[in-house]
Amino acid sequence: MKKVIITVVGKDTVGIIAKTAAYLAKENINILDISQTVVQDYFNMMMIVDGAKCRKTFDRMSADLTKLGLTMGLRIHCQKSEIFEKMHRI
Amino acid sequence: MIDISEVLETNKMVSEQTLDVRTITIGISLLDCADRALKTTCDNIYAKLTRLAKDLVKVGDDIGREFGVPVVNKRISVTPIALVGAACCRRPADFVRIAKTLDRAAKKLGVNFVGGYSAVVSKGMTPADELLIRSIPEAMAVTERLCASVNVGSTKTGIDMDAVRLMGEIVKETAARTKDRGSIGCAKLVILCNAPDDNPFMAGAFHGVSEGDAVINVGVSGPGVVHAVLKTIRGADFETLCETIKKTAFKITRVGQLVAQEASKRLGIPFGIIDLSLAPTPAVGDSVADILREIGLDHPGAPGTTAALALLNDQVKKGGVMASSYVGGLSGAFIPVSEDQGMIDAVNAGALTIEKLEAMTCVCSVGLDMIAIPGDTPATSIAGLIADEAAIGMVNQKTTAVRVIPVAGKKVGDTVEFGGLLGHAPVMAVNPFSCAAMINRTGRIPAPIHSFKN
Repeated sequence: MKKVIITVVGKDTVGIIAKTAAYLAKENINILDISQTVVQDYFNMMMIVDGAKCRKTFDRMSADLTKLGLTMGLRIHCQKSEIFEKMHRI
Repeated sequence: MIDISEVLETNKMVSEQTLDVRTITIGISLLDCADRALKTTCDNIYAKLTRLAKDLVKVGDDIGREFGVPVVNKRISVTPIALVGAACCRRPADFVRIAKTLDRAAKKLGVNFVGGYSAVVSKGMTPADELLIRSIPEAMAVTERLCASVNVGSTKTGIDMDAVRLMGEIVKETAARTKDRGSIGCAKLVILCNAPDDNPFMAGAFHGVSEGDAVINVGVSGPGVVHAVLKTIRGADFETLCETIKKTAFKITRVGQLVAQEASKRLGIPFGIIDLSLAPTPAVGDSVADILREIGLDHPGAPGTTAALALLNDQVKKGGVMASSYVGGLSGAFIPVSEDQGMIDAVNAGALTIEKLEAMTCVCSVGLDMIAIPGDTPATSIAGLIADEAAIGMVNQKTTAVRVIPVAGKKVGDTVEFGGLLGHAPVMAVNPFSCAAMINRTGRIPAPIHSFKN
């Protein structure tokens, strides 16, 4: 698993980054970049992560994070980064 | 490094603007399946399709999940069956057995359509071509996922008017054979001129003889994305309008290119082309008509519609060509009536007629598409519609097509429901004056003067 973009959307609350980062650390996934913004009152966070050393499959990691998101009332979504690189870079 | 605004823009295209990859279509040559014995031919076809396309649906779904872009349809196109069955089919019913084999393979694989129940008769029909054409009504009645197409002309060869006349009758017969289901057989039957060998879109997809053994072709879509972006520049000049469409088409097409390359890699089948088409669906916000309205028309069909569509079609191509390494298929804006809520609204409002749709087909892909017409329309008038579209294609060196549904028992003003992607359609009026005397002439229309380029 190479670079993955994780997006988190929902109502801002305490510990979103901490809990997400804790999961990533546990799975040996390196965070390359974090940015966040508020769009129409919704908290939007994006993480670029490197999953090269993670032993879980993409689907498994994605499902784990979706579940983690639900515990905080958030939508967490994983996508391989090529989709964005292809669309926005020549 | 990717910026958060870019990530949000892409994801908004999917979640709010109905961006999707409309189809991954595997083109498969069945020439090596042909045998003198019908049963062996059918067995060979079934074996080859279920071997080469066995992972198609899974790979399409995996790619959709991993990149976060839905891959809506997974389909197969095959060598025109008139060629494959030529050695073993002695009567139309023999071709129908091949039709059932293809349908069975489609169901086994979970693909929603198989295209290529086809004959390419641009200049003349072989006995096998004619048998296949005559088998179409039965084949469409007894199968679910099979699509048929007949290419009746090209810029190089002219128009085979004998085939055009025959297709008028075949369309009627197909409607009659599926009359209990809104004559849906006709929704899976298209008559083309200048049909491309690598089209991934149904119903006109087939795997032409110029192609390799197997190939991946991808059709992208995204009228909703173009519409949403145009809303943000309302009233801007034409330069801004065109540049905006072009940039948006580029982004949409890049998604298709990525999906095509991934599918090619995972399936071990070479990448063929991206079809740069704006393909609407009946879903709200997935409409080409909405784009035309956003450009500044009350409804498609108003004066200016052809110009607006020409502009849209050209900018989509200009943006898309740079985004993909190989472009082919139909590539342009589709203007089906039943599959586009905005087009349906335009018909119901009295803004859009078949004659205006015909004019629009001069500047876009593909033709008179998914148009319900009265069930009592004479076969010769349907042949006349086909001849007109073929003439536009032949003279303008472009693909044109006719997919009309003379809905049994329905008249102008009625509505017919096809369901799913095929949508629903108001029955439109066909010019009541006859062209029978012209259609009943035999032979073909010669190729136009500008086809002689050697």
